[in-house]
Amino acid sequence: MKALRFLVPLAVLVVLVGFLAVGLKLDPREVPSPLIGKPAPAFALVRLDDAQQTIRKEDLLGKVWILNVWASWCAACREEHPHLLAFARTRQAPLYGLNYKDTRPDATGWLARFGDPYEASLFDPDGRLGLDLGVYGVPETFVIDKEGRIRFKQIGPVTPEVIQTKIVPLVKELNG
Amino acid sequence: MARWICLLLFFAWSVAVAGEAAPAAEDPQVEARMLKITSELRCLVCQNQTVADSHSGLAEDLRREVRAMIKRGASDDEIRRFMTDRYGDFVLYRPPLKTTTALLWVGPGVLLVGGLAILAIVLRRRSRLAADRFEPDEAEAESIEGGGRA
Repeated sequence: MKALRFLVPLAVLVVLVGFLAVGLKLDPREVPSPLIGKPAPAFALVRLDDAQQTIRKEDLLGKVWILNVWASWCAACREEHPHLLAFARTRQAPLYGLNYKDTRPDATGWLARFGDPYEASLFDPDGRLGLDLGVYGVPETFVIDKEGRIRFKQIGPVTPEVIQTKIVPLVKELNG
Repeated sequence: MARWICLLLFFAWSVAVAGEAAPAAEDPQVEARMLKITSELRCLVCQNQTVADSHSGLAEDLRREVRAMIKRGASDDEIRRFMTDRYGDFVLYRPPLKTTTALLWVGPGVLLVGGLAILAIVLRRRSRLAADRFEPDEAEAESIEGGGRA
C-alpha cells in the first residue's frame, strides 16, 4: 500500500512524459491528406510552354507518374529542385509539374534558370487544380498510380531521403 | 477650440474614408453566410486563424469558392464536405464525432467524472475516520485550552 503512493504518481508522470515526447515530434503542419487512395481530380490544363496543348487526366492513365506542385515565387521549391532534377535523370517515373498561381514569364524564366526536370508543366494560374488537390503548402508532390489514384503526398520540399525511402519504392511497387 | 473642431473633422473624415475603402460586398446575404461558414473553418496556411479572417492567398481562394458555391445554391453541409474532401476533418473547428475523434469529445467529460469520483472517495474515507486522526485547528485548540484555565 505504501509503495502504491509512489508508483501511482510515477506512472502518471511516465504517461505524461510519453505524451509530451510524442507531441514534440508531431508536426502540426502535416495534415493527413484525405486524398490518399482517392482518384485524383479530373483536370484539363494547358501546358506551361505551349498554351495550345492541353493535358488531361485521361492522357496520363496507364502509367505511374509524379506530380510536383511548384511556383517561381516559392522559395522552398528552389531548395528541392536539384533533387527533382536528379530524380528525373533516373527516369524511374515521368515527372509532371503543376505550375501553381504563377505567371508564364516568371515560370518559364525560373525553369530556364534552374533547369527543367518536368516532362511538362501544367499551367494553373488561378490555382483551381491546386484547390482540388488540397494544396496548401507549395511545394507538394503526389504519386499517382495507373488508375489515376493518388497514392502518396508529400507536403513541403522533397528531400533525397523522401525520394529514396518513400517515392522510389512506391513507384516500383505500383509498377509491379 | 478651433483646433478641436479641426481634429474632430479630421476623425470624421478618416472614418468616412475608411468606410469607403472597405470592399463593397455584392450581396450582403451571401457575404454573411460565407463568413458564418468560413469562421468555422481552419486556415491551413496560418493554422490558428479561420478562413474568414486570414489574409493568405489560399484563404482568399477558399472564400471565393464558398461564395461561388453559395450562389450556386449549395447547402452548408455540401460546402463543409467540399472542404473535408480536400483537407480532411482538420479544417473543421468542430470535428465530427468518429472513432478517431472520440477521445477528443469524450476526454474532458471522462476527466471531470474521474476527478469527481476521486473527490467523493477521498471525502467518504475521511468522514469515516475517527476524530482524533485529525489535527485540531490551532485557534480552536487555544480557545479550548484558555477555556479550561478560566
